[in-house]
Amino acid sequence: MRLLTHNMLSSNIKGVTNGFPLRIEAVKVEEKTVEMNTDFLKNMFVKIDWKVLVEASRTLGYAELPEEGDSSFLESDEFLSRFHHALLELHLEEGALICPETGRRFPVTKGIPNMLLHEDEV
Amino acid sequence: MASRPESIAPPEIFYDDVEARKYTSSSRIVQIQAELSERALELLALPEDGVPKLLLDIGCGSGLSGETLSEDGHHWIGLDISPSMLNIAVEREVEGDLLLADMGQGLGIRPGVIDGAISISAVQWLCNADKSSHNPRLRLKAFFTSLYKCLSNGARAVFQVYPENIDQRELILNAAMRAGFAGGIVVDFPHSSKKRKEFLVLTCGQRSMNASVPNGKDEDGESCSDDDMEEDENQTVCISDRHRPRKRPKTNKSGKGREWIMRKKDQMKRRGNVVPPNTKYTGRKRKDRF
Repeated sequence: MRLLTHNMLSSNIKGVTNGFPLRIEAVKVEEKTVEMNTDFLKNMFVKIDWKVLVEASRTLGYAELPEEGDSSFLESDEFLSRFHHALLELHLEEGALICPETGRRFPVTKGIPNMLLHEDEV
Repeated sequence: MASRPESIAPPEIFYDDVEARKYTSSSRIVQIQAELSERALELLALPEDGVPKLLLDIGCGSGLSGETLSEDGHHWIGLDISPSMLNIAVEREVEGDLLLADMGQGLGIRPGVIDGAISISAVQWLCNADKSSHNPRLRLKAFFTSLYKCLSNGARAVFQVYPENIDQRELILNAAMRAGFAGGIVVDFPHSSKKRKEFLVLTCGQRSMNASVPNGKDEDGESCSDDDMEEDENQTVCISDRHRPRKRPKTNKSGKGREWIMRKKDQMKRRGNVVPPNTKYTGRKRKDRF
């Protein structure tokens, strides 16, 4: 799972009002190189919750992102490549996602988070 | 379709390791899936600015439909309820991210971030109640409302569906409309029973107010609009009908005749009614001067 997806996911348990962001428990992290597309990054920048992305990338062991995100940074190639790396190239392979409110664990195996809810959580 | 997988077992059980592999190794299914997802992507009508979008593939299975999205350069998140299908997707090294999730439980995705959603042959599964806790209406509602939330303003969602009957189609469409979507059903090849494919095209947000549903494809590859034809049939009278002479009841100049009257009188007598006695005047024609 890429951090792009992590940045979009929220906990869906019944009664949880703010299930975002899911905390990451990283066991195994992989890096896969993907071609960079600046237009996509610029479009996504608006939608991304920057703080969450910084936090998540640190959990996965990548600390190159600046604390504060600003749209003026998008002109710099260096920033873009870091952003690209954090967003699309870091993969959480094994570990878990944890609901911030209830502490429910969603296990991640082979890069696939198991978001299935139990019957009493729907 | 002779047998529908929906009526055999729930999706996570039906698509086990064996079935998932069969599904993905069949070149026919692969081709159909690719065609369907291409058409779905076309109906999604994403702005042609060359910028990759973030799309959602609901019921992505082994990622056959996702491949079409990747080929167009888009990023996608796929979700499916069958772990076996997802395992195959991992083996095939699809480019999108995969989630093991049940769409009937609602999508746990942040509001307004997704640029479009497609789903190939998946939504009809929601019409089944596979567990005692399942209520198709509620599951459809949960799915559509959560989808509406996570789509960005003006985004579209295209679902290729195989509804079992009209009721099922209504059920799905109603649930979508209640969630706030605008749109309708596009039918490709409406006159062919085999090639006939139905797409549910939904729009959300402001642009949906004046969204028009695109036309379905016909045999010649030309688009045809089925709705218009139906309307024509219902509302206007064909010219041939107008000129057909009106049917007149047959009139027999000689009248019903004495025999007929006698028979009727007998009939009434047998029923116990008061009937005037038969005389030489019964059923006799009046004189002309009368």
